[in-house]
Amino acid sequence: MKDTPLSNCERDFLLKAIEEKKRLDGRQTYDYRKMKITFGTDYGCCFVDLGKTRVMAQVSCELVAPKESRPNEGIMFFNIELSPMASPAFEQGRQSELSVKLNRQLERCLRNSKCIDTESLCVVSGEKVWQIRVDVHLLNHDGNLMDAASIAAITALCHFRRPDVGIQGDEVTVYSPEERDPIPLSIYHMPISVSFSFFQQGTYLLVDPCEREERVMDGLLMIAMNKHREICSIQSSGGIMLLKEQVMRCSKIASVKVSEITELLNKALVNDKKARKEGGRCGFAESLPQERITALKMEETSVEMTDATERAKDIVQKADARPQKVPSPVVPVPGVGQVGQGLQNTWGLEEDEDDEEEAEECDSGEEQEEAVTKMEEERHEKEASGEGDVVEISDSEEEDVVILHPAMPDKALKWVHQFSMHCN
Amino acid sequence: MAGLELLSDQGYRLDGRKATELRKVQARMGVFAQADGSAYLEQGNTKALAVVYGPHEVRGARSRSRHDRAMINCQYSMATFSTAERKRRPHGDRKSTEMSLHLKQTFEAAVMTQLYPRSQIDIFVKILQSDGGNYSVCVNAATLAMIDAGIPMRDYVCACTVGFVDETPLADLCYAEEGGGVSSLALALLPRGGQIALLQMDARLHQDHLEALMEAAMTACKGVSKVLDEVVRLHLQEVSVLSAE
Repeated sequence: MKDTPLSNCERDFLLKAIEEKKRLDGRQTYDYRKMKITFGTDYGCCFVDLGKTRVMAQVSCELVAPKESRPNEGIMFFNIELSPMASPAFEQGRQSELSVKLNRQLERCLRNSKCIDTESLCVVSGEKVWQIRVDVHLLNHDGNLMDAASIAAITALCHFRRPDVGIQGDEVTVYSPEERDPIPLSIYHMPISVSFSFFQQGTYLLVDPCEREERVMDGLLMIAMNKHREICSIQSSGGIMLLKEQVMRCSKIASVKVSEITELLNKALVNDKKARKEGGRCGFAESLPQERITALKMEETSVEMTDATERAKDIVQKADARPQKVPSPVVPVPGVGQVGQGLQNTWGLEEDEDDEEEAEECDSGEEQEEAVTKMEEERHEKEASGEGDVVEISDSEEEDVVILHPAMPDKALKWVHQFSMHCN
Repeated sequence: MAGLELLSDQGYRLDGRKATELRKVQARMGVFAQADGSAYLEQGNTKALAVVYGPHEVRGARSRSRHDRAMINCQYSMATFSTAERKRRPHGDRKSTEMSLHLKQTFEAAVMTQLYPRSQIDIFVKILQSDGGNYSVCVNAATLAMIDAGIPMRDYVCACTVGFVDETPLADLCYAEEGGGVSSLALALLPRGGQIALLQMDARLHQDHLEALMEAAMTACKGVSKVLDEVVRLHLQEVSVLSAE
């Protein structure tokens, strides 16, 4: 399913706002969205919420034969699934460019940086090693998938426990979780990626772009670092041209952000450990605050209203003066209306004309009807003169104009009723 | 490979180069008659062939054509005999797709695509022998092919892979140096303005060393641009002599 294209006015609005250093959700240039890390019931299952972007990572392990070139190292396998659940733009099964890009970036960020001790995953050299598989599923796409995926993947790896293995001579026994406690993976460092988006050929820079900002950006720079200020991966994408100073500046910002995120990550892990120890409930269902699973909870965002009232007043003043009140419709005779001061309406104004009409329609009881009409008119005239807020418009030489009143319809109906009765 | 000394005490590398020396570059332009532009480039032992078709009308999916600029389509593949062990999947695997995307991104920044709206430029690059620095050699070869095809570009696009060993940046890595867990940085540069078209780095590097590494990469790229410039001028001379006759 093709994604709806972004309209030009929306694009211009976003770019103009960015030029004025304003973002859609009121963040500053270097601010991240609200991040929430929760864990599932199993070890190795982690959910990350970055604003509205929601990502789930699951780690699993399996005993396999190692690669021939590396007989005493374990295998790490990463996979990011872009399912149509996350966004209508993603198609099921097709390996789109974005999917390849994200997968390769995650692989390079986590595998090439050697964040996990793969030699400790070896059970029998050359025969059996652990294969650790990290599956990241995108649940909701609201921009900055790479950061959310990297945080989810590394948190899940930290949270994961693999089964304990015992070796006696040639025999290898894999203990189930009930027999022996599973042991955590040995992780050297935690690489976390930070994304910078560039606008207007690199003039403006934003951290953690949301989906709308991603659509209007020129290019993206992804820097993965750990808290020891070691850069694990840099990747620039999109057709922008960077300068060396920009890259250096981004790396400095990234180091600050990464230390903050690592703290949050560690806190979440500690909290989860405590909760599990106390036997508290934990899991996906617990991470949703309300009973309704389909609820999308929105936090209140502050709106900048500083000069809103002045600008509103300006705009109102500059706008055209209020148009003249259109005169209410004028009704000479019940059932006939006239609006404005156009050509004088000669419909049914004359008594003679009235009589003629009636003569055409009904033969019997002409005079009676005539009398009825006259009586009606007189009554209306009396009413008209009685009303104070009536708009008298026409200066016709003919008889008085009858003004339409809300109560008119009843009288009109009554007249029609009488008329029809006379006819029959 | 842990025992191999990538940088000796005297400052010599595995193949006898100094830290800032580039490998020998040999190039030919106008290799194929059929294509609009073609080039063959050797950088040390890495050999790449690049072919450019275009600008022509968008083939295939009409919806992909852009109304205000040309579309650049890249395909990167490695010959099955290019690596030490035979490659089972020359194209379609993730690494090749990623490389194609990077090449596309690099040239979208450099080529003046606004001059050819609603058209397509195809770049095909094939690695015949891989000895490190695949991406850089591809970019350099593709630049020559673009010039041969006569497609207007903002500047030469020169790329180089640099590594960081023992506090020293090494320019133009070969395969043995790349595989040794060395932090390698690949940079594609437009030399005159100093603008970076693509920046890619793997493996751990402390933030403080980043600036030095980037400086080394930019110097190396400027060196490559001089070599490419000479190649282009030589080729022009030959061609003009031939056509004059």
